Amino acid sequence: MFEALQFEFMRNALLAGLLTSIACGVIGTFVVVNRIVFLSGGIAHAAYGGIGLAFFFGLPFVVGTLGFALVVAMVMAVVTLKARHRSDTIIGVLWASGMALGVILLDLSPGYNVDLMSFLFGSILAVPTSDLWLMLVLNGLILLAVGYFYNDFLALSYDEDFAQVRGVRVKFLYFLLLAMVALSVAMIIRIVGLILVIALLTIPPYIAEKYSASLRTMMLLSFLLSCFFTMAGLWISYAFNLTSGATIIMVAGVCFFISLFFEFLKSGSLFSRGN
Amino acid sequence: MNDPIIEVRDLWFSFNSIPVLKEVNLTVRPGNFIALLGPNGGGKTTLLKLMLGLLIPDRGSIKIFGQPPGKSSHRIGYMPQHLHFNQSFPISVLDVVLMGKLRPGRGWSRYSHKDRMAAEKALKQMEMWDFRNRRAGELSGGQAQRIFIARALVDEPEVLMLDEPTASIDTKHQTDLFDILKELNKTVTIIVVSHDVGIVSSHVKSVACVNQQVFYHDDAEINQEMLEMAYQCCPVELVAHGMPHRVLLKHEEDD
Repeated sequence: MFEALQFEFMRNALLAGLLTSIACGVIGTFVVVNRIVFLSGGIAHAAYGGIGLAFFFGLPFVVGTLGFALVVAMVMAVVTLKARHRSDTIIGVLWASGMALGVILLDLSPGYNVDLMSFLFGSILAVPTSDLWLMLVLNGLILLAVGYFYNDFLALSYDEDFAQVRGVRVKFLYFLLLAMVALSVAMIIRIVGLILVIALLTIPPYIAEKYSASLRTMMLLSFLLSCFFTMAGLWISYAFNLTSGATIIMVAGVCFFISLFFEFLKSGSLFSRGN
Repeated sequence: MNDPIIEVRDLWFSFNSIPVLKEVNLTVRPGNFIALLGPNGGGKTTLLKLMLGLLIPDRGSIKIFGQPPGKSSHRIGYMPQHLHFNQSFPISVLDVVLMGKLRPGRGWSRYSHKDRMAAEKALKQMEMWDFRNRRAGELSGGQAQRIFIARALVDEPEVLMLDEPTASIDTKHQTDLFDILKELNKTVTIIVVSHDVGIVSSHVKSVACVNQQVFYHDDAEINQEMLEMAYQCCPVELVAHGMPHRVLLKHEEDD
């Protein structure tokens, strides 16, 4: 592992893993406790439309994915607030339409489309330094927003009606939360690709939740777990010449099932506290 | 002093074009202890949520402390109905109660020492202080109910709005709870939603029957006519009339 660090791409990969772990820990925690996993998956897949747009108009990919993911997230926020009972269907439609748009725009784009697999399964080994700076800024914004509104977000996640009665601007915070989910998803796509993004966003918080006394601890623990998954996955993929994104997710998945097994030993039943 | 705390005028509300509340008029004066009684689906919770500003009426007006709902929410202590959501949520009892001290635009500042003292007082009042470091999701139904009442009380509200506070607790604890509420009522106006006629009639000062329409009764005396109006669907038998009022329904409501 250590000799691998002499390569810039390896150092960048490690830094990218650590930086995205911040988003995974903080935003993943909100995704899990607010049960917006499906919605986040919708944003991630619809972001493929952004990749298509970027190709078609010759824009940088970051602009395409980030911009499109943000737009989709805001549309989903409006839809889920207006039509709660059918929100899952509408999320599913946006999920598929976004991807379809991406595929068609790529068909229409001239020339050979390079390495689309890297968007589906991530390309942690090809993160340029400029992307690291962008991740740093995005994480900074997320930490600032969550730090400032921590108590408000906690109340919103736990008991929305009560939060609103206490004067918390629940709608504004909901939009802000989904915007941050979009930013995180766009970052994580870089690491593990859009197909696997949900695993990295939800497995660390799911494990962390059981051992955390507060939302704050849950975020910290998820961050540490996410760091471990990306580092261990990266090392295994380097040592055995495997696809890095898939290896990272496999490490996370194995840990997920180990944690379920320990839970089973402790309580005698699976998902005993999942309600 | 005797200005009404809550004034509802000609209020109409429908959900998906099905009328829920019609032509509601209700005035709540300070010091009152009023029960909103009625069958399930009669609109009790809806009326409470309208008063809190969580729902917007189709027609009519609501004034809380002379202002539209939502403007003076920090003077209201609220306990919602469904408390057994999200049992795996990582939050301690103390943090749940501190939520009652939340103020908009608080930003970076965290809960102060004063807030913590208030939370301690509220938890002690509800005899739940020993549970302060427990996970909220691990509590029994009755214990959970008490920490949510503590959360409603922590900011020393002038009005307490409780939605089905006795929903998941046994009869003994129901009576205990209403004894506590009666004590609190010396300083706080209380509005309580319930479908349990028996417990309510011996503790509250007035009753409003809610079944699409609202019939207000200035004392807690429950009479046959009132019950029939409120529970048109199920016949009600008034067994004994005196103090305390005992009322039996002909058949059990199955929740």
